[in-house]
Amino acid sequence: MTQSVLTSTGASPPLPEGLQGIVADWSSDQRAFKKVPWGKAMMWIFLLSDTFIFTCFLTSYMAVRMSTTVPWPNPSEVFALTIAGHHIPLILIAIMTFILISSSGTMAMAVKFGYEKNKKMCSILLVVTAFFGASFVGMQAFEWTKLIVEEGVRPWGNPMGAPQFGASFFMITGFHGFHVSVGVIFLIITAIKVLRGDLDRQRPGFMTGRKGNYEIVEIMGLYWHFVDLVWVFIFAFFYLW
Amino acid sequence: MAHVEGQQHPISVYLWIWGLLFVLSAFSYLVDYFGFQGYLRWSLILVFMLMKAGLIVAVFMHMRWERLALMYAILVPPLCLLVLISLMAVEGDYTFVTRASSFGQGSGVPVEHPYRPHGAG
Repeated sequence: MTQSVLTSTGASPPLPEGLQGIVADWSSDQRAFKKVPWGKAMMWIFLLSDTFIFTCFLTSYMAVRMSTTVPWPNPSEVFALTIAGHHIPLILIAIMTFILISSSGTMAMAVKFGYEKNKKMCSILLVVTAFFGASFVGMQAFEWTKLIVEEGVRPWGNPMGAPQFGASFFMITGFHGFHVSVGVIFLIITAIKVLRGDLDRQRPGFMTGRKGNYEIVEIMGLYWHFVDLVWVFIFAFFYLW
Repeated sequence: MAHVEGQQHPISVYLWIWGLLFVLSAFSYLVDYFGFQGYLRWSLILVFMLMKAGLIVAVFMHMRWERLALMYAILVPPLCLLVLISLMAVEGDYTFVTRASSFGQGSGVPVEHPYRPHGAG
């Protein structure tokens, strides 16, 4: 349907002026991103803006870590756990990383089964992804509790070294954990939509008149993979550096 | 509907990338486990990080199958951030040098530990 509008640019009518011109210009059928659903292009642009936010956080962390004259706490030691008598460095963070990567794998397969209109597999994989995400947030809650209660880390200081450690840690992982939590909620909503057959019946979604289809699973996937992507950078720069 | 084709790829592609991401994550964890230090540590961390990020964006987010217009629109703007990062690195280095020369040992200013836990002192 939009295809016919896109191609009929032979003799264009005169352009309206003034306020009407603004409306006409912004609403005209000029598509930069061909072969991509509207919602997907917009999700990409949202993720681009989110990239800038997370980079600002990581850059501010870099600036305070470079400029402090007090030694930075060693993350390898701070996040070590003693499991069955063995002192293993950074083990909780490693487990969290593997869990988030697994959730990305199940998400990618959910998108594939979605486009195949395999409702059962798609919704199962979405729920598995949400479960991985929820366990990630749970482990993060455990990590925060351990750091606040046992290690005495506060946003304004800590016993191990540079006081900026706490501020950077709570800011960066808190914002990332918030992204994961929001993702889990939307994964469950998407799974319900798939399972109910909303997308087969093209039932409009919440707060929109646009018809539902399996593209929303891929758009959900883009967000989820981005959350995993951000964790890759946090893992490298905050925990390993 | 016919003009919008979904991303259809064999499931083996995803399983392969999943496995690769696992291996790369294990490698970056081993960098810490074996306690590599200095430039070796930082270069290994960066290499594994960029490889993981590339695999996620290219395959899981289907970027390698998108048109060039979308690729450039999304992947080029973040390069501006490199300017921010370099500026802040210069600034952070300058602040460090200033602090060391003004408040460091031998500057005459008493050094005070910024935070004492559990009410000590």
